[in-house]
Amino acid sequence: MTETFVYWGMDPDWAWFLATVAGILLIALPLMLAVAMVIYVDRKVWAAMALRRGPNVVGPFGLLQSFADGLKVFLQETIIPTAANKGLFLIAPIITFTVALMAWAVIPFNSGAVLANINVGLLYIFAISSLGVYGVVISGWASNSKYPFFSAMRASAQMISYEVSIGFIIVCVVLWANSFNLNAIVWAQKGHIFGLINGFAFNPLLFPVWVLFLISSLAETQRAPFDLTEAESELVAGYQTEYSSMSFALFWLGEYANVLLMCALNATLFFGGWLPPLDIGFLYLVPGWIWLFAKIFFFFLVFSWIKATVPRFRYDQLMRLGWKIFLPMSLIFVVIVSGFLMFTRYGA
Amino acid sequence: MIQAFAFYLFAALVLASGAFTILARNPVHSVLWLILAFFNAAGLMVIVGAEFIAMLLVIVYVGAVAVLFLFVVMMLDIDFAELRSGLVRYFPLGLAIAVVLAAELVLGVGAYRAGALELGTPAAETAPLVGEANIVSIGALLYGRYLFLFESAGIILLVAMIGAIVLTQREARADAGRSQQNISRQVSRRPEEATVNTRPEVGQGVQL
Amino acid sequence: MVATEYLLGYLPILIFLGVALALSALFVFLPIGVSRITGSHRPDTAKLSEYESGFPAFESPRSQFDVRFYLVAILFIIFDLEAAFLFPWAVSLEFTGWPGWITMMVFLAELAIGFAYAWKKGALEWE
Repeated sequence: MTETFVYWGMDPDWAWFLATVAGILLIALPLMLAVAMVIYVDRKVWAAMALRRGPNVVGPFGLLQSFADGLKVFLQETIIPTAANKGLFLIAPIITFTVALMAWAVIPFNSGAVLANINVGLLYIFAISSLGVYGVVISGWASNSKYPFFSAMRASAQMISYEVSIGFIIVCVVLWANSFNLNAIVWAQKGHIFGLINGFAFNPLLFPVWVLFLISSLAETQRAPFDLTEAESELVAGYQTEYSSMSFALFWLGEYANVLLMCALNATLFFGGWLPPLDIGFLYLVPGWIWLFAKIFFFFLVFSWIKATVPRFRYDQLMRLGWKIFLPMSLIFVVIVSGFLMFTRYGA
Repeated sequence: MIQAFAFYLFAALVLASGAFTILARNPVHSVLWLILAFFNAAGLMVIVGAEFIAMLLVIVYVGAVAVLFLFVVMMLDIDFAELRSGLVRYFPLGLAIAVVLAAELVLGVGAYRAGALELGTPAAETAPLVGEANIVSIGALLYGRYLFLFESAGIILLVAMIGAIVLTQREARADAGRSQQNISRQVSRRPEEATVNTRPEVGQGVQL
Repeated sequence: MVATEYLLGYLPILIFLGVALALSALFVFLPIGVSRITGSHRPDTAKLSEYESGFPAFESPRSQFDVRFYLVAILFIIFDLEAAFLFPWAVSLEFTGWPGWITMMVFLAELAIGFAYAWKKGALEWE
């Protein structure tokens, strides 16, 4: 895009800056639109599985439901409880939403289409997603109310428990791709199986790792069956109980943006990102971002399907699954994958 | 130009949030300022070219250590008035420590200026691998040349882990075994063992 | 001097941070202003009190918590550090070879001992 601006007779530095800002808006605005649509899809899938109709009043097939909700929430009064810590109470949704947006800076949408092509892209995502805890903890604490605080404590303990195994799972992928750059990881998956199938998930050694990652990403984003933070029978509405208006909506936007990010990571780390599913020439005629979006949408449908199907975990079961099963399993896979690579690739 | 601007931005924010960390009256606010300081320090690390260290700073300090700090200050139910009342009593001690630290700083900088110290002398050859990313160079050195330091770091982590468990350990509850769910027992339970189909005589009752 | 190309990779992130902060701050503060204009801003005591199923709150929400949460956080720090050691190791195996691999296995074994201890002591249980 920089070249176009320079061609229009602009100073190269300014052209670069404008192109970057345009790129940021090209990520952030469609992301918000996608979140609105994905909330609609989630409700529709959920309704269909329960033999209901779901949203069908606003717009054709209820397509505009999320926008109507957004407008309604926007015009609502922002209630700041008297007991709340006002500054932090307002900062918490800002942190949540900013963090949810920031991680998208390093996701490659095509071979050259990545906003920040940094060497340690995957570590950057890991670092940014570890900041997600703060929005939750601060909102729960600043509300100065019982249920939000309990929920925030539960949520943060849950998120950090599963972050550990996500760290080890990332190591498995990086071992195979030999890079932390997300584009390099995507390239490493080209023709991974028999020179035909793109994607680490089809590798017998990495398939179990992907299953671990899928479940951990459900837990990390607090989707069902790990949505204990919003266990309405115990905790009212979780850490956002005291929130209203757009501050409340930002938590939802952030949550769904995180869900989409986890879907994108599933696609990028294990299913070849923007590569087509098969390494066949004519499939590359379809632009890479379409493949990536198709994969993200597929994983979102899986997330929604799981949400509609499985019952909620109990907290002690959730912690046991994280610490006693996922942690040792992912560690063992680090040993197995690295050992295999030592024998086949590095150990000569 | 932008690099200099970014440096002064991050440096000023580190200093400011560091100052607010000790000036804030509410400990939770202190921890949040501390987090902001870590975050800006990560920005400084990026500017000097240590991208892996920058990410580690965010992952380990912001993402893990500060979470523990927050847990502690949020859940300890601290009485702020009582905390502040000790100020007068501890002021001389604090001042003495501050003077010692300042003297150390002055001495250190003075010695460095005089050329008495040679800072940054590597214990061995540590040239980064040419053409490789920062993180690869670190890995090649840490797991090639500094193996034993790395292993001793592992021992320290082990000690820390055992220490944490010992400190937070509570006596086992008498009914601990009962409240624990034994999943394998639940799953391996078959209907044949769980239910009995009997046809008792009238007035005889059932043997349980 | 650090390579310009490398720093240019990070500049978009800084700009993104600015844009994202501005966007979310706008989303939080604009409705506050709008609700004052439209007249939907009508706070009252009951509305501004914290949620407690319709009752007045009878205890402070800032209560002492189970020490278990601290233990989870400490264990998290330790395993996070372990993962931090694994990251550079994973991309430098071609330079370190078998010695590097064996070193890491010894390191992991050290932590596996700690993990086994935690398991045995019931530190991973959540009652």
